[in-house]
Amino acid sequence: MSVELAANMGTVPEVEALDHSPLAVRGLTVSYGQKPAVFSVDMTIQPGSMTAIIGPNGAGKSTLLKAALGIIKPLSGQVFCFGKPLAQLRDRIAYVPQRASVDWDFPTRAIDVVLMGLYRELGLLRMVRPAHRERAMACLDRVGMADFADRQIGQLSGGQQQRVFLARALAQDADLYLLDEPFAGVDAATEKAIIHVLSHLRRNGKTVVAVHHDLATVRDYFDRVFIINTRKVAEGSVETAFTEDTLQIAYGGRLATGQIDQLGLVVG
Amino acid sequence: MSGAEFVPLSLPPLLIGILAAVACALPGNFLVLRKQALIGDAISHVVLPGIVVAFLVTGTVGAGPMMLGAMGSSVVAVGLIEAIRRLGRIEPGAAMGVTFTAMFAAGVLLLEQSDTSSVHLDVEHALYGNLESLIWLDAVGWQSLLDPVALAGLPPELPRIGLTCLFVIAFTSILWRPLKISTFDEGFAATAGMPTTLIGLALVIVAALTAVAAFDAVGSIIVIAMFICPPAAARLMTNRLETQIGWSVVFAVLSAALGYVLAGYGPLWLGRDNAVSAAGMIATVSGAILALAALFGPCRTRTGAPAS
Repeated sequence: MSVELAANMGTVPEVEALDHSPLAVRGLTVSYGQKPAVFSVDMTIQPGSMTAIIGPNGAGKSTLLKAALGIIKPLSGQVFCFGKPLAQLRDRIAYVPQRASVDWDFPTRAIDVVLMGLYRELGLLRMVRPAHRERAMACLDRVGMADFADRQIGQLSGGQQQRVFLARALAQDADLYLLDEPFAGVDAATEKAIIHVLSHLRRNGKTVVAVHHDLATVRDYFDRVFIINTRKVAEGSVETAFTEDTLQIAYGGRLATGQIDQLGLVVG
Repeated sequence: MSGAEFVPLSLPPLLIGILAAVACALPGNFLVLRKQALIGDAISHVVLPGIVVAFLVTGTVGAGPMMLGAMGSSVVAVGLIEAIRRLGRIEPGAAMGVTFTAMFAAGVLLLEQSDTSSVHLDVEHALYGNLESLIWLDAVGWQSLLDPVALAGLPPELPRIGLTCLFVIAFTSILWRPLKISTFDEGFAATAGMPTTLIGLALVIVAALTAVAAFDAVGSIIVIAMFICPPAAARLMTNRLETQIGWSVVFAVLSAALGYVLAGYGPLWLGRDNAVSAAGMIATVSGAILALAALFGPCRTRTGAPAS
């Protein structure tokens, strides 16, 4: 039984201490121009959990992730990775950006993208050896893309591109995986392949955090949620935090009552 | 043509043209992929007033003052762009457009108003360079290439652009992985610990240095053309960045060599008696290569746009 499932049953207290959380954010505020996109957010990711970051469009989900990773400079706030500043523990974090954030016309092949995941090992000038190539191929195989290794990335479907991105994160062999909308615009087969890989990671003690937009699958895929609408709305296990009340606060009138019924939430 | 004629008259300008073309094409590959290709254009516009002011202050066209002047005006340009962007609350593209054209115009005005007749510094020089005049009078034939006394008389532009080219090659090969990864996926590059802002800045600075070094010898026409045409044509030939770099170098060398020969002998073959500007012809050839690649290149269909 994973630590997190035990926590939900009340046998192990949730981790509050910064030293144990794979990613903890304190008082994070990010702003583009005048209006804050993320305001004074605290977040403590539980080790070995699978957390969905959810919230309406423009609620600051991706911004929170990017600021936590240091891609965007926050106005204020602190980020800890296993209790230490992020910069010291980059090797333990793998990040999968939104698929639409890069130009897939870039002249490179699927296998080359996965090899980018080995940058921390290869550094500037170390040669790519057959062993590295084999590892990259194994990662492609885990997402079912081994047959497409030599394809130019622009010739892949959206779902295949997403799987190549995931394979690159696997090549990083991290402890914490952060994914920005991994299921956006992918086919059903890809969604299944991705969730299979993520569950496998979690079973091996890794922590997974994903920005997620499909409320209908939150219960099936994740055990924890972090609900945000510029400010933090709720954080906790799916049972306690993913409720009609919290969703109403986050989404307001944007979520019809009918939709909430379909989510099969425990109304209480 | 015999060595006695070719080595002193054609070899140095040909080599300078080829080295300048390659030095510009290499960073050009990344600029084109980052959709910053016009930065070469921008730099060559911006440096003109700096070079003119450097000449007016020092009275010489030495490399040192010119470089300093070029760097100075680059700094002024960055400051102006930032000021216009903030004060006018407009997008950076518009601020750049205003700054570059205004500074180039100021440079031309300064050139026309000041007495630069004693030296090779005029609007024509700024645009076309003076490739044809970079001759090696100490050479008597191929054997001069091994003669230290004759080699000392090489036009100084040749070693200067040669060093620049070497520097650009070293920059591209040492920083190959960060350049490639951060050009493709900046967010991922940042999380892998690469200083992405610094890498982008370094690329622009290297492009600026190359532009200034090439500017003196070959003029801004070649600089602008070589930053864009060989890399863009190379992209249409292959779907791998490594191969693309190779093609861009081939196209750069081909443009310079073919352009130089066509400029010198093309009109004669057509029965005219004057040669045309080598810089102009080199740029034209690179444009023709790009046109051919755009029409017949194997990888010219756009496939990578995300569906959503």
